[in-house]
Amino acid sequence: MTTAPPPDIILQFTDVSLGYGDFTVLSGISMEARKGQVVALMGGSGSGKTTLLRAATGQITAQRGQVRAFGQDIAGIGSEPLRKLRQRMGVLFQQGALFTDLNVFENVAFPLREHTRISEDQIHERVLEKLDAVGLQAAAHLRISEISGGMARRVALARAIVLEPELILYDEPFAGLDPISLGIAARLIRDLTDKLNCASVLITHDVAESFNIADRVYMVGQGKLIAEGSPAELSASDDSYVRQFLDGEPDGPIAFHYPVSPAYTQWLEQRRGRRS
Amino acid sequence: MINAISRLGKRVRLSIMGLGDFMRLAGAILIRSGAALRRPRLVSQQVHFIGNHSLLIIAVSGLFVGFVLGLQGYYTLSRYGSEEALGLLVALSLTRELGPVVTALLFAGRAGTSLTAEIGLMKAGEQLAAMEVMAVDPIRRVLVPRFWGGVIAMPVLAAVFSMVGVIGGWVVGVMLIGIDPGAFWSQMQEGVDVINDVLNGFIKSVVFGVAVTLVALHAGWTARATPEGVSRATTRTVVHSSLLILGLDFVMTALMFGN
Repeated sequence: MTTAPPPDIILQFTDVSLGYGDFTVLSGISMEARKGQVVALMGGSGSGKTTLLRAATGQITAQRGQVRAFGQDIAGIGSEPLRKLRQRMGVLFQQGALFTDLNVFENVAFPLREHTRISEDQIHERVLEKLDAVGLQAAAHLRISEISGGMARRVALARAIVLEPELILYDEPFAGLDPISLGIAARLIRDLTDKLNCASVLITHDVAESFNIADRVYMVGQGKLIAEGSPAELSASDDSYVRQFLDGEPDGPIAFHYPVSPAYTQWLEQRRGRRS
Repeated sequence: MINAISRLGKRVRLSIMGLGDFMRLAGAILIRSGAALRRPRLVSQQVHFIGNHSLLIIAVSGLFVGFVLGLQGYYTLSRYGSEEALGLLVALSLTRELGPVVTALLFAGRAGTSLTAEIGLMKAGEQLAAMEVMAVDPIRRVLVPRFWGGVIAMPVLAAVFSMVGVIGGWVVGVMLIGIDPGAFWSQMQEGVDVINDVLNGFIKSVVFGVAVTLVALHAGWTARATPEGVSRATTRTVVHSSLLILGLDFVMTALMFGN
């Protein structure tokens, strides 16, 4: 029997293992995000950060442990309750995932048209307000093919926040942004979290920007949770994993090279056999 | 030997699984079709997109098919001194067979492939996953309007094809060869039956519309999210829907026009 979490905990992972099929990407992950908090989830490429996000949205279910969003266990939840939970979340996808058959304005208006019954005037006002927040109000009329990658990510950010959700998940919000947009995006995430009193989970490997705005940082690597704490605590940490990640050292406990697997050895032997 | 049998078994099993998957998606689209009635604008957009963009190729093809029917029909009928029946021959050939079948084949190549590529690329660009995470059902929002758009556009396009084809036959028969225009039109009016010919042709075109659109949507929906996967899926749409059209045409012709 699991006790209910305090009401201000929006997202909670308890001893969660995640993976695809028989393959486990991450195990023993416990973390939480509370109202008004920016939580940064850090780790190298391929460390399973996006898998954690997919578990939070119910796209994959945990192999072990429990994922709770808004106090509800996501595993085994019916499609209708899951739909209701997802309406309270906003997700910024790694590649933006904008709808290419709609223009910038309609992309941001999409969640409003699907989930609310507000008038066209109100939609117009709210969409332009969100586009203004990401600096793209004057790009509202453009087609998705006409905007740059960085602009697309900002439009996706506007779309993720247009319903003013209680939980916002950002998958690599800083990737591909120029230094000016990057600073503004980081500020925006912090301001939004404070203004909406929502929980923001930031998946990133950008140490400087995320440490500036995060209240709590979780670091994953080698299939597990390596460290957690406030940015100040992690900065002061002398843990070799944390130091290697924060200082960007090539040598240390986190291996740069992808580990050799039996499948690779077999492939290599077959190749050698063919060549000889 | 055992390997060959197991490969054959695997192919059969995969084909049956594919068919099951296709029927499940078709069922899911039909069950969610109420959404199309609640938001008719989404369907009308698709009718415009699918229909309007196919209109030119359908009209031009219809005209040329009408020209050829006029010429070939005249050569054959003139042997028996029945040139006046050319109007009837052109109209019956078009409404019963060529209108629905050729339109459906062109529709598969023009609209079917674009539907498959669109859905496949939406999948590759995580657009469908994004929709799901936004608590919007992609089958309801993306597939249902496209399905009904295709089903509505197809008979209209077949009607345009047949109409333009009749004009093509008239141009060749009456204007170029010099058949009596009164005989051309009156034989057509006399011999074409609204129920037997026009309605049956209409039913065929609706069935082809359902088949082609479902095949196209399923191919896009199940496409691998890579450029190669999308290109294979579009090829699959053309091959499968063309075969399906010809097979269904045979069955329906046997049922409708047999004794």
